[in-house]
Amino acid sequence: MKMNRRGFLQRSGAAMAGSILPVSLVKLAFGQEQGGQDFTFAYISDSHIQQISGARFVRNWDQGLKRAVAEANLLEPAPDFVVFGGDLAQLGTKAELDHGAEMLSALRYPLYCVMGEHDYYLDLGEYWSELFGDHYYSFDHKGVHFVVLNSILTYDEWTYERWETPERRMLEMAGLDNPNGSPFMVGERQREWLRNDLANVPRSTPIVVLSHSPLQKIYKGWNFWTEDAEEVQAILAPFEKVTVLYGHVHQIQYNQIGSISFHSAMATAWPWPYPSTYAQSGAYVPVMTVPMNRADPFNERDATGWQFVDVHTGRVAVNYTLYDNKNRTVAFNAATGRPEDMEYQHPPRRIPPQAHY
Amino acid sequence: MRRVFLAVLGVAACTVVHADEFTEADLERWAAQFESVAQEGRRLWTSPELGTNGVACGQCHPNAANTHPETYPKFQKQLGRVAQMWEMVNWCIRNPLEGQDLDPGDARMTALLAYIAKERRGVALEPGKH
Repeated sequence: MKMNRRGFLQRSGAAMAGSILPVSLVKLAFGQEQGGQDFTFAYISDSHIQQISGARFVRNWDQGLKRAVAEANLLEPAPDFVVFGGDLAQLGTKAELDHGAEMLSALRYPLYCVMGEHDYYLDLGEYWSELFGDHYYSFDHKGVHFVVLNSILTYDEWTYERWETPERRMLEMAGLDNPNGSPFMVGERQREWLRNDLANVPRSTPIVVLSHSPLQKIYKGWNFWTEDAEEVQAILAPFEKVTVLYGHVHQIQYNQIGSISFHSAMATAWPWPYPSTYAQSGAYVPVMTVPMNRADPFNERDATGWQFVDVHTGRVAVNYTLYDNKNRTVAFNAATGRPEDMEYQHPPRRIPPQAHY
Repeated sequence: MRRVFLAVLGVAACTVVHADEFTEADLERWAAQFESVAQEGRRLWTSPELGTNGVACGQCHPNAANTHPETYPKFQKQLGRVAQMWEMVNWCIRNPLEGQDLDPGDARMTALLAYIAKERRGVALEPGKH
Protein backbone atom coordinates (compact mmCIF):
# COMPACT_ATOMS: atom_id res chain seq x y z
CA MET A 1 0.00 0.00 0.00
CA LYS A 2 1.27 3.40 -0.85
CA MET A 3 0.30 6.47 1.11
CA ASN A 4 -0.89 9.24 -1.06
CA ARG A 5 0.66 11.94 1.02
CA ARG A 6 0.17 14.75 -1.47
CA GLY A 7 -3.52 13.96 -1.63
CA PHE A 8 -3.64 13.81 2.13
CA LEU A 9 -1.91 17.13 2.52
CA GLN A 10 -4.11 18.77 -0.08
CA ARG A 11 -7.24 17.50 1.58
CA SER A 12 -6.12 18.38 5.05
CA GLY A 13 -4.85 21.74 3.86
CA ALA A 14 -8.21 22.53 2.36
CA ALA A 15 -10.12 21.25 5.35
CA MET A 16 -7.95 23.00 7.90
CA ALA A 17 -7.68 26.23 5.94
CA GLY A 18 -3.95 25.99 5.54
CA SER A 19 -3.04 24.89 9.03
CA ILE A 20 -0.73 21.94 9.46
CA LEU A 21 -1.66 18.80 11.33
CA PRO A 22 0.46 16.67 13.71
CA VAL A 23 -0.07 12.97 13.00
CA SER A 24 2.21 9.99 12.52
CA LEU A 25 1.36 7.27 10.07
CA VAL A 26 2.86 3.84 10.14
CA LYS A 27 2.87 1.60 7.09
CA LEU A 28 3.51 -2.09 7.53
CA ALA A 29 4.29 -4.07 4.43
CA PHE A 30 4.25 -7.81 4.11
CA GLY A 31 5.54 -10.44 1.80
CA GLN A 32 2.67 -11.94 -0.12
CA GLU A 33 4.19 -15.38 0.48
CA GLN A 34 3.27 -14.98 4.13
CA GLY A 35 -0.32 -14.32 3.27
CA GLY A 36 0.02 -10.85 4.70
CA GLN A 37 -0.82 -7.59 3.02
CA ASP A 38 0.39 -4.04 3.32
CA PHE A 39 -1.57 -1.73 5.54
CA THR A 40 -1.22 1.46 7.52
CA PHE A 41 -2.21 2.62 10.95
CA ALA A 42 -1.98 6.00 12.64
CA TYR A 43 0.01 6.44 15.80
CA ILE A 44 -0.71 9.30 18.20
CA SER A 45 1.09 9.61 21.52
CA ASP A 46 1.90 11.63 24.63
CA SER A 47 -0.86 14.22 24.80
CA HIS A 48 -0.47 14.98 28.53
CA ILE A 49 -3.95 16.44 28.90
CA GLN A 50 -3.58 18.64 32.00
CA GLN A 51 -6.38 19.95 34.16
CA ILE A 52 -6.03 23.46 35.59
CA SER A 53 -9.22 23.33 37.65
CA GLY A 54 -12.83 22.39 37.04
CA ALA A 55 -13.51 22.41 33.33
CA ARG A 56 -10.28 24.32 32.51
CA PHE A 57 -7.44 22.42 30.83
CA VAL A 58 -4.08 23.57 29.45
CA ARG A 59 -5.02 24.88 26.01
CA ASN A 60 -1.65 24.15 24.41
CA TRP A 61 -1.77 20.39 25.10
CA ASP A 62 -5.48 20.16 24.15
CA GLN A 63 -4.70 21.69 20.78
CA GLY A 64 -2.02 19.10 20.05
CA LEU A 65 -4.36 16.15 20.53
CA LYS A 66 -7.30 17.78 18.75
CA ARG A 67 -5.12 18.48 15.75
CA ALA A 68 -3.73 14.93 15.62
CA VAL A 69 -7.24 13.46 15.75
CA ALA A 70 -8.52 15.83 13.08
CA GLU A 71 -5.60 15.03 10.78
CA ALA A 72 -5.77 11.28 11.33
CA ASN A 73 -9.42 11.45 10.31
CA LEU A 74 -8.36 13.03 7.01
CA LEU A 75 -5.89 10.30 6.05
CA GLU A 76 -6.43 8.74 2.66
CA PRO A 77 -6.31 5.87 2.25
CA ALA A 78 -7.85 5.48 5.68
CA PRO A 79 -5.64 3.76 8.27
CA ASP A 80 -6.89 0.40 9.51
CA PHE A 81 -6.77 1.57 13.12
CA VAL A 82 -5.16 4.08 15.47
CA VAL A 83 -2.73 3.41 18.29
CA PHE A 84 -2.53 5.83 21.19
CA GLY A 85 0.95 5.38 22.67
CA GLY A 86 0.34 6.42 26.30
CA ASP A 87 0.43 9.48 28.56
CA LEU A 88 -3.02 10.64 27.58
CA ALA A 89 -3.21 12.43 30.95
CA GLN A 90 -0.68 14.49 32.91
CA LEU A 91 -1.61 13.43 36.45
CA GLY A 92 -3.89 10.45 35.76
CA THR A 93 -7.10 11.99 37.08
CA LYS A 94 -10.57 10.99 35.91
CA ALA A 95 -11.09 14.53 34.62
CA GLU A 96 -7.96 14.38 32.46
CA LEU A 97 -8.58 10.84 31.18
CA ASP A 98 -12.23 11.66 30.44
CA HIS A 99 -11.29 14.86 28.60
CA GLY A 100 -8.68 12.98 26.56
CA ALA A 101 -11.02 10.09 25.85
CA GLU A 102 -13.63 12.56 24.64
CA MET A 103 -11.17 13.98 22.12
CA LEU A 104 -10.05 10.49 21.03
CA SER A 105 -13.68 9.50 20.58
CA ALA A 106 -13.78 11.70 17.46
CA LEU A 107 -11.51 9.21 15.66
CA ARG A 108 -13.27 7.37 12.84
CA TYR A 109 -11.18 4.20 13.31
CA PRO A 110 -10.74 1.44 15.88
CA LEU A 111 -8.44 2.52 18.71
CA TYR A 112 -5.79 0.52 20.59
CA CYS A 113 -4.34 2.16 23.70
CA VAL A 114 -1.00 1.78 25.48
CA MET A 115 -0.54 2.63 29.16
CA GLY A 116 1.78 5.51 30.09
CA GLU A 117 3.14 6.35 33.53
CA HIS A 118 1.08 9.56 33.65
CA ASP A 119 -2.07 7.45 33.15
CA TYR A 120 -1.08 4.85 35.71
CA TYR A 121 0.47 6.04 38.96
CA LEU A 122 -2.56 7.76 40.52
CA ASP A 123 -4.85 4.70 40.72
CA LEU A 124 -2.56 2.06 39.15
CA GLY A 125 -4.47 2.17 35.88
CA GLU A 126 -7.90 1.42 37.29
CA TYR A 127 -9.86 4.23 35.68
CA TRP A 128 -7.83 4.00 32.46
CA SER A 129 -8.96 0.34 32.27
CA GLU A 130 -12.60 1.32 32.56
CA LEU A 131 -12.13 3.52 29.48
CA PHE A 132 -9.66 1.55 27.39
CA GLY A 133 -9.53 -2.06 28.59
CA ASP A 134 -6.63 -4.36 29.50
CA HIS A 135 -3.21 -3.03 30.48
CA TYR A 136 -1.52 -5.57 28.17
CA TYR A 137 -2.92 -7.69 25.36
CA SER A 138 -2.27 -8.92 21.84
CA PHE A 139 -4.15 -9.04 18.56
CA ASP A 140 -3.60 -10.15 14.97
CA HIS A 141 -4.10 -7.96 11.96
CA LYS A 142 -3.50 -8.91 8.31
CA GLY A 143 -0.76 -11.38 9.09
CA VAL A 144 0.99 -9.30 11.77
CA HIS A 145 0.95 -10.21 15.45
CA PHE A 146 0.62 -7.08 17.60
CA VAL A 147 1.59 -7.11 21.27
CA VAL A 148 0.73 -4.25 23.62
CA LEU A 149 2.81 -4.16 26.82
CA ASN A 150 2.51 -2.10 29.98
CA SER A 151 6.20 -1.25 30.23
CA ILE A 152 5.98 1.52 32.86
CA LEU A 153 5.67 -0.70 35.94
CA THR A 154 8.38 -0.46 38.59
CA TYR A 155 9.53 -2.02 41.87
CA ASP A 156 6.72 -3.08 44.24
CA GLU A 157 8.25 -1.22 47.18
CA TRP A 158 8.21 2.05 45.22
CA THR A 159 4.67 1.48 43.96
CA TYR A 160 2.97 0.15 47.07
CA GLU A 161 4.93 1.28 50.11
CA ARG A 162 7.05 4.35 49.59
CA TRP A 163 4.49 7.14 49.20
CA GLU A 164 1.89 8.22 51.70
CA THR A 165 -0.77 9.04 49.09
CA PRO A 166 -1.53 8.05 45.48
CA GLU A 167 -1.37 11.74 44.53
CA ARG A 168 2.18 12.01 45.87
CA ARG A 169 3.17 8.82 44.01
CA MET A 170 1.78 10.26 40.78
CA LEU A 171 3.62 13.58 41.24
CA GLU A 172 6.92 11.85 41.98
CA MET A 173 6.69 9.76 38.80
CA ALA A 174 5.42 12.69 36.69
CA GLY A 175 8.68 14.65 36.93
CA LEU A 176 10.83 13.31 34.10
CA ASP A 177 14.13 14.23 35.76
CA ASN A 178 12.97 13.61 39.34
CA PRO A 179 15.59 11.62 41.27
CA ASN A 180 12.76 10.26 43.47
CA GLY A 181 11.31 8.42 40.43
CA SER A 182 11.98 4.79 39.67
CA PRO A 183 13.05 2.84 36.56
CA PHE A 184 10.34 1.45 34.29
CA MET A 185 10.02 -2.28 33.74
CA VAL A 186 7.77 -4.86 32.11
CA GLY A 187 8.19 -7.25 35.02
CA GLU A 188 8.41 -11.03 35.30
CA ARG A 189 4.66 -11.68 35.32
CA GLN A 190 4.13 -9.87 32.03
CA ARG A 191 7.26 -11.38 30.49
CA GLU A 192 5.82 -14.81 31.30
CA TRP A 193 2.56 -13.77 29.64
CA LEU A 194 4.56 -12.60 26.61
CA ARG A 195 6.43 -15.92 26.36
CA ASN A 196 3.10 -17.77 26.41
CA ASP A 197 1.48 -15.35 23.97
CA LEU A 198 4.28 -15.90 21.45
CA ALA A 199 4.63 -19.63 22.04
CA ASN A 200 2.48 -20.63 19.08
CA VAL A 201 3.34 -17.76 16.76
CA PRO A 202 5.50 -18.90 13.80
CA ARG A 203 8.99 -17.37 13.80
CA SER A 204 8.36 -15.89 10.36
CA THR A 205 5.27 -13.96 11.48
CA PRO A 206 6.04 -10.23 11.73
CA ILE A 207 5.72 -8.99 15.31
CA VAL A 208 4.93 -5.39 16.24
CA VAL A 209 5.31 -4.56 19.92
CA LEU A 210 3.70 -1.38 21.26
CA SER A 211 5.07 -0.06 24.54
CA HIS A 212 5.22 3.32 26.20
CA SER A 213 8.86 3.28 27.29
CA PRO A 214 11.69 2.32 24.94
CA LEU A 215 12.33 -1.43 25.26
CA GLN A 216 16.02 -0.48 25.08
CA LYS A 217 18.29 1.47 27.42
CA ILE A 218 19.06 5.03 26.36
CA TYR A 219 19.16 7.30 29.44
CA LYS A 220 18.11 6.12 32.88
CA GLY A 221 17.91 9.63 34.37
CA TRP A 222 14.83 10.44 32.27
CA ASN A 223 13.49 6.90 32.09
CA PHE A 224 14.35 6.71 28.38
CA TRP A 225 14.90 3.20 29.62
CA THR A 226 13.30 -0.12 30.53
CA GLU A 227 15.06 -1.94 33.34
CA ASP A 228 14.37 -5.44 31.95
CA ALA A 229 14.84 -4.45 28.29
CA GLU A 230 17.38 -7.22 27.61
CA GLU A 231 15.03 -9.89 28.99
CA VAL A 232 12.18 -8.64 26.79
CA GLN A 233 14.48 -8.42 23.76
CA ALA A 234 15.58 -12.02 24.39
CA ILE A 235 11.95 -13.17 24.17
CA LEU A 236 11.52 -11.32 20.85
CA ALA A 237 14.91 -12.19 19.35
CA PRO A 238 13.95 -15.58 17.81
CA PHE A 239 11.43 -13.90 15.51
CA GLU A 240 12.66 -12.83 12.09
CA LYS A 241 10.90 -9.48 11.87
CA VAL A 242 10.22 -7.55 15.03
CA THR A 243 9.39 -3.87 15.39
CA VAL A 244 9.04 -2.05 18.70
CA LEU A 245 7.10 1.24 18.59
CA TYR A 246 7.32 3.36 21.73
CA GLY A 247 6.26 6.77 22.99
CA HIS A 248 7.46 8.56 26.14
CA VAL A 249 10.51 10.28 24.62
CA HIS A 250 8.72 13.08 22.71
CA GLN A 251 11.30 12.95 19.92
CA ILE A 252 12.40 10.95 16.88
CA GLN A 253 14.62 7.99 17.75
CA TYR A 254 15.28 4.77 15.91
CA ASN A 255 17.62 1.84 16.36
CA GLN A 256 18.24 -1.77 15.36
CA ILE A 257 19.26 -4.50 17.81
CA GLY A 258 19.52 -7.93 16.17
CA SER A 259 16.25 -8.63 14.38
CA ILE A 260 14.44 -5.91 16.35
CA SER A 261 13.79 -2.47 14.87
CA PHE A 262 12.95 0.35 17.28
CA HIS A 263 11.02 3.51 16.43
CA SER A 264 9.78 6.24 18.75
CA ALA A 265 6.79 8.56 18.36
CA MET A 266 6.57 12.33 18.50
CA ALA A 267 4.39 13.78 21.23
CA THR A 268 1.36 15.90 20.46
CA ALA A 269 2.02 17.96 23.62
CA TRP A 270 5.64 19.19 23.65
CA PRO A 271 9.09 18.02 22.46
CA TRP A 272 11.90 16.87 24.75
CA PRO A 273 15.62 17.54 24.41
CA TYR A 274 17.85 14.64 23.41
CA PRO A 275 19.56 13.20 26.53
CA SER A 276 22.94 13.92 24.95
CA THR A 277 22.24 17.66 25.32
CA TYR A 278 22.08 17.46 29.12
CA ALA A 279 25.68 18.36 29.89
CA GLN A 280 25.84 16.27 33.08
CA SER A 281 24.17 13.13 31.68
CA GLY A 282 26.99 11.49 29.75
CA ALA A 283 24.18 9.93 27.67
CA TYR A 284 23.82 9.50 23.96
CA VAL A 285 21.11 8.60 21.47
CA PRO A 286 21.22 5.54 19.20
CA VAL A 287 23.97 6.39 16.75
CA MET A 288 21.87 5.76 13.64
CA THR A 289 19.21 8.27 14.72
CA VAL A 290 19.11 11.48 12.72
CA PRO A 291 17.61 13.88 15.28
CA MET A 292 14.48 15.87 14.70
CA ASN A 293 14.97 19.59 14.09
CA ARG A 294 15.57 21.76 17.13
CA ALA A 295 12.26 23.13 18.30
CA ASP A 296 11.26 26.76 17.90
CA PRO A 297 9.37 27.48 21.12
CA PHE A 298 7.65 30.47 19.52
CA ASN A 299 5.78 28.08 17.23
CA GLU A 300 3.62 26.26 19.72
CA ARG A 301 3.26 23.02 17.76
CA ASP A 302 6.80 22.92 16.38
CA ALA A 303 8.59 19.62 17.04
CA THR A 304 5.32 17.98 18.05
CA GLY A 305 3.32 15.74 15.77
CA TRP A 306 1.99 12.29 15.08
CA GLN A 307 2.89 9.50 12.74
CA PHE A 308 1.38 7.02 10.34
CA VAL A 309 2.91 3.60 10.11
CA ASP A 310 3.20 1.77 6.85
CA VAL A 311 3.57 -1.99 7.22
CA HIS A 312 5.29 -3.49 4.21
CA THR A 313 6.83 -6.97 3.92
CA GLY A 314 6.54 -7.21 7.68
CA ARG A 315 8.75 -4.19 8.24
CA VAL A 316 7.71 -0.75 9.25
CA ALA A 317 8.01 2.70 7.74
CA VAL A 318 7.17 5.48 10.18
CA ASN A 319 5.98 8.70 8.59
CA TYR A 320 6.33 11.65 10.94
CA THR A 321 3.84 14.42 10.36
CA LEU A 322 5.61 17.51 11.69
CA TYR A 323 3.92 20.85 11.93
CA ASP A 324 6.55 23.44 11.27
CA ASN A 325 9.19 21.23 9.66
CA LYS A 326 9.19 19.02 6.61
CA ASN A 327 7.63 15.63 7.25
CA ARG A 328 10.05 12.75 7.64
CA THR A 329 9.96 9.03 6.88
CA VAL A 330 12.09 6.48 8.70
CA ALA A 331 11.82 3.09 6.98
CA PHE A 332 13.48 -0.29 7.26
CA ASN A 333 16.21 -0.61 4.64
CA ALA A 334 16.50 -4.28 3.68
CA ALA A 335 19.97 -3.67 2.19
CA THR A 336 21.46 -2.36 5.44
CA GLY A 337 19.11 -4.23 7.78
CA ARG A 338 18.13 -1.20 9.84
CA PRO A 339 15.70 1.72 9.89
CA GLU A 340 16.92 4.77 7.99
CA ASP A 341 15.65 8.24 7.35
CA MET A 342 14.61 8.39 3.69
CA GLU A 343 16.10 11.83 3.19
CA TYR A 344 18.64 12.70 5.87
CA GLN A 345 20.40 9.42 6.77
CA HIS A 346 23.57 10.07 4.79
CA PRO A 347 25.62 12.55 6.90
CA PRO A 348 26.15 15.14 4.13
CA ARG A 349 22.35 15.35 3.73
CA ARG A 350 21.80 16.59 7.26
CA ILE A 351 20.77 20.17 7.93
CA PRO A 352 21.85 22.67 10.65
CA PRO A 353 18.59 22.42 12.72
CA GLN A 354 19.36 18.73 13.31
CA ALA A 355 22.48 19.65 15.32
CA HIS A 356 21.55 19.52 19.01
CA TYR A 357 23.80 20.69 21.81
CA MET B 1 48.41 58.50 74.01
CA ARG B 2 50.65 58.33 71.02
CA ARG B 3 51.30 54.65 71.67
CA VAL B 4 47.59 53.98 71.84
CA PHE B 5 47.07 55.80 68.55
CA LEU B 6 49.75 53.73 66.87
CA ALA B 7 48.25 50.56 68.24
CA VAL B 8 44.84 51.50 66.82
CA LEU B 9 46.45 52.35 63.50
CA GLY B 10 48.17 48.99 63.55
CA VAL B 11 44.91 47.13 64.06
CA ALA B 12 43.29 49.15 61.27
CA ALA B 13 46.17 48.38 58.92
CA CYS B 14 45.92 44.70 59.71
CA THR B 15 42.19 44.76 58.98
CA VAL B 16 42.74 46.40 55.61
CA VAL B 17 45.36 43.87 54.63
CA HIS B 18 43.20 40.92 55.65
CA ALA B 19 40.11 42.21 53.81
CA ASP B 20 41.66 40.99 50.56
CA GLU B 21 42.09 37.48 51.80
CA PHE B 22 39.63 34.69 52.35
CA THR B 23 39.76 31.28 53.88
CA GLU B 24 38.60 27.80 53.00
CA ALA B 25 35.69 28.42 55.35
CA ASP B 26 34.74 31.50 53.32
CA LEU B 27 34.84 29.52 50.08
CA GLU B 28 32.63 26.83 51.55
CA ARG B 29 30.19 29.41 52.83
CA TRP B 30 29.96 31.19 49.48
CA ALA B 31 29.57 27.94 47.56
CA ALA B 32 26.82 26.94 49.97
CA GLN B 33 25.10 30.28 49.35
CA PHE B 34 25.16 29.60 45.61
CA GLU B 35 23.95 26.03 46.12
CA SER B 36 20.98 27.16 48.17
CA VAL B 37 19.98 29.72 45.52
CA ALA B 38 20.40 27.16 42.71
CA GLN B 39 18.34 24.70 44.77
CA GLU B 40 15.59 27.29 45.09
CA GLY B 41 15.87 27.72 41.31
CA ARG B 42 15.36 23.98 40.85
CA ARG B 43 12.32 24.15 43.13
CA LEU B 44 10.81 27.00 41.08
CA TRP B 45 11.76 25.24 37.82
CA THR B 46 9.69 22.20 38.75
CA SER B 47 6.85 24.08 40.44
CA PRO B 48 3.68 25.49 38.87
CA GLU B 49 3.92 28.68 40.93
CA LEU B 50 5.53 30.88 38.24
CA GLY B 51 2.50 30.48 35.94
CA THR B 52 -1.26 30.26 36.11
CA ASN B 53 -2.01 26.99 34.29
CA GLY B 54 -0.10 24.40 36.29
CA VAL B 55 2.66 24.10 33.68
CA ALA B 56 6.26 24.14 35.00
CA CYS B 57 9.53 24.98 33.20
CA GLY B 58 10.79 21.46 33.84
CA GLN B 59 7.99 19.88 31.82
CA CYS B 60 9.73 20.87 28.56
CA HIS B 61 13.26 21.32 29.97
CA PRO B 62 14.25 18.36 32.17
CA ASN B 63 17.45 19.26 34.03
CA ALA B 64 17.16 22.66 32.31
CA ALA B 65 18.36 21.01 29.09
CA ASN B 66 17.85 22.78 25.75
CA THR B 67 18.18 26.25 27.32
CA HIS B 68 21.76 26.98 26.13
CA PRO B 69 22.78 29.58 28.74
CA GLU B 70 26.33 29.63 27.34
CA THR B 71 25.07 31.22 24.10
CA TYR B 72 23.58 34.41 25.63
CA PRO B 73 23.51 37.26 24.86
CA LYS B 74 22.65 36.25 21.31
CA PHE B 75 20.54 37.25 18.36
CA GLN B 76 17.16 35.75 19.10
CA LYS B 77 15.59 35.23 15.71
CA GLN B 78 12.04 35.31 17.03
CA LEU B 79 12.61 38.74 18.65
CA GLY B 80 14.76 40.13 15.83
CA ARG B 81 17.43 41.48 18.19
CA VAL B 82 20.15 40.46 20.60
CA ALA B 83 18.55 39.27 23.83
CA GLN B 84 19.61 38.09 27.27
CA MET B 85 18.75 34.82 28.94
CA TRP B 86 16.33 36.37 31.42
CA GLU B 87 14.23 37.73 28.57
CA MET B 88 13.77 34.20 27.26
CA VAL B 89 12.91 32.93 30.74
CA ASN B 90 10.20 35.59 30.92
CA TRP B 91 9.01 34.65 27.43
CA CYS B 92 8.42 31.10 28.66
CA ILE B 93 6.73 32.32 31.84
CA ARG B 94 4.35 34.49 29.77
CA ASN B 95 3.56 31.93 27.08
CA PRO B 96 3.62 28.21 27.96
CA LEU B 97 3.13 29.02 31.67
CA GLU B 98 0.60 31.84 31.06
CA GLY B 99 2.17 33.86 33.89
CA GLN B 100 3.53 37.35 34.53
CA ASP B 101 7.08 38.57 33.79
CA LEU B 102 9.55 38.56 36.66
CA ASP B 103 11.66 41.68 37.21
CA PRO B 104 15.20 40.91 35.94
CA GLY B 105 16.50 41.63 39.45
CA ASP B 106 13.87 39.50 41.17
CA ALA B 107 15.43 36.95 43.51
CA ARG B 108 13.37 34.26 41.77
CA MET B 109 14.91 35.16 38.40
CA THR B 110 18.38 34.98 39.97
CA ALA B 111 17.50 31.55 41.36
CA LEU B 112 16.24 30.30 37.98
CA LEU B 113 19.37 31.54 36.19
CA ALA B 114 21.58 29.99 38.89
CA TYR B 115 19.88 26.63 38.40
CA ILE B 116 20.12 26.80 34.59
CA ALA B 117 23.83 27.69 34.76
CA LYS B 118 24.54 24.98 37.31
CA GLU B 119 23.02 22.25 35.14
CA ARG B 120 25.15 23.55 32.24
CA ARG B 121 28.41 23.72 34.19
CA GLY B 122 31.54 22.77 32.31
CA VAL B 123 30.26 23.90 28.90
CA ALA B 124 32.40 26.59 27.24
CA LEU B 125 30.94 30.05 26.64
CA GLU B 126 29.79 30.61 23.06
CA PRO B 127 28.06 34.00 23.05
CA GLY B 128 25.99 34.61 19.96
CA LYS B 129 25.68 30.98 18.92
CA HIS B 130 22.27 29.96 17.62
